[in-house]
Amino acid sequence: MNKLDGQHNPPVNAIEYDRVSKTYPNGSRSAVSDLSLTVERGKFVVLLGPSGCGKTTLLKMTNRLIEPNSGTIRVDGIDIMSVPAPELRRRIGYVIQQTGLFPHMRVEDNIAVVPKLLGWDKRRTSARIDELLHLVGLPPDAYRRRYPAQLSGGEQQRVGLARALAVNPDTMLMDEPFGALDAITRSKLQLELRRIHQELGQTIVFVTHDIDEAVRLADDIVIMRGGRIVQAGDPLEIVTDPVDEFVSDLVGASDALRRLSLIEARTIATPVHAGELPPLEMRPETIDVRAALGVMLGRGLERIALTGEDGDVTGILELDAVRTVARTHPIEATV
Amino acid sequence: MNFDYLIDHRDEVLRLTWEHIQLCALAIALALVFAIPLGVLITAYPRLRVSTLVILGAIYTIPSLAFLAFLIPPVGLGRQPAVIVLAAYAQLALVRNFQAGLSGVDPNALEASYGVGMTAWQSLTRVRLPLALPVLIAGMRIAIVSTISLATVTAWINAGGLGSLLFDGIAFNRPSMILAGTVAISALALGVDLLLRLVERMTPASRALHQART
Repeated sequence: MNKLDGQHNPPVNAIEYDRVSKTYPNGSRSAVSDLSLTVERGKFVVLLGPSGCGKTTLLKMTNRLIEPNSGTIRVDGIDIMSVPAPELRRRIGYVIQQTGLFPHMRVEDNIAVVPKLLGWDKRRTSARIDELLHLVGLPPDAYRRRYPAQLSGGEQQRVGLARALAVNPDTMLMDEPFGALDAITRSKLQLELRRIHQELGQTIVFVTHDIDEAVRLADDIVIMRGGRIVQAGDPLEIVTDPVDEFVSDLVGASDALRRLSLIEARTIATPVHAGELPPLEMRPETIDVRAALGVMLGRGLERIALTGEDGDVTGILELDAVRTVARTHPIEATV
Repeated sequence: MNFDYLIDHRDEVLRLTWEHIQLCALAIALALVFAIPLGVLITAYPRLRVSTLVILGAIYTIPSLAFLAFLIPPVGLGRQPAVIVLAAYAQLALVRNFQAGLSGVDPNALEASYGVGMTAWQSLTRVRLPLALPVLIAGMRIAIVSTISLATVTAWINAGGLGSLLFDGIAFNRPSMILAGTVAISALALGVDLLLRLVERMTPASRALHQART
């Protein structure tokens, strides 16, 4: 009955935006114009851009909180306009900035909202609440019976995350969920979200205007401006190879690159096993990671060899290792 | 001035108190029939808010005795015109507070209610109304308490209730009777006020706030 339940051969693409446009009645310029984008299943995609670039509009069109003027959006291969909006939304997790928790409901009732809408029985719902609270790092015994006003901002957002995950949606939409939190809490939650994504493997579309947050979280970053996509690619590509001045200004605010330039390549290199080396591009081992990355991206390489003072190869620098470092939490990186 | 009347005619005072309660209950019931849709309407269409409240404010400024007198030719004497006048006066407090309560709900909670997949009706009954409830009840409390005191005047057109003790007391020059009426009206108003304050505090939204403070 539920069109979104298609368990057989799920389409590869979780979300497809096909020439989507949205103009607000009072706005002269369009919020999103003729935008096409494909989000692969299981990817963590971050929509990044200044306010008014259309990122939130694009996100909210995905679960029909805003309806496009033209174009088609497909979730799991199905046109979202062919499904009643409430039914569509119950299958897509949704997290917003000021948590949107229902203040008159206890933590457990907030999390139980969607299971209740879907008619789960009490026992199943209750077991799921415990499971979710563990997942987001809040001990159920201490937190189930509390009201949102009795929680810190970070705790509230954990509950918001738990609520969005309640019925284990394949797709999650997150609208600047950590925007109102202090820097330390934000970093903690970013790490946890990354962990949860690795654990559960949903497709996540996440809106932010914070380049560092984008770099830390994203598999792919989509940079938007004036309702269009300016550049899309993995974080390293965006950071190291901005297509234009707009993107490089945006990225210039990032400390990810600065961080990379402070790290010597040899500190993250993998050791070489003698005799098995294919010919590789070579660089001195004291090269900083940012420069090494420039070499790899410039020549389309997955790895380069590092050499010591005497010219011998001392290690291999893998692109994946650079990725990991780029994503590492700054606090972790400095301690 | 003494409490003789109150003590000697306890049954009479109780009967009139009951009559007073009935009169006010009818008036509030009628008032709600108009105030609820009006409150919802001006919440949904904020452009109607100012004009609606100006009209209700204008009604509120009509002197009550004049209002009752106007109604005698078309409706006559007794309880019926009294209920109409009291319901009309209650509109301003009810509608203004209903609108304030309904539109004062945190927009994030409303957005989230749609975002998680509630229908418009579910969002209204599970999120908007429960969150607005303390303000809605506060508005009703104000309207009811002022109706209780205003309902004394309607004894003038034979609507009954505790007001008749005041009018008769004046007519027969019996201060003890006036005092009995005054005490009963004040006690009724204070009692209802207290009761509704308790109800207000028992709503989930108030409990959640209260618990957070302790």
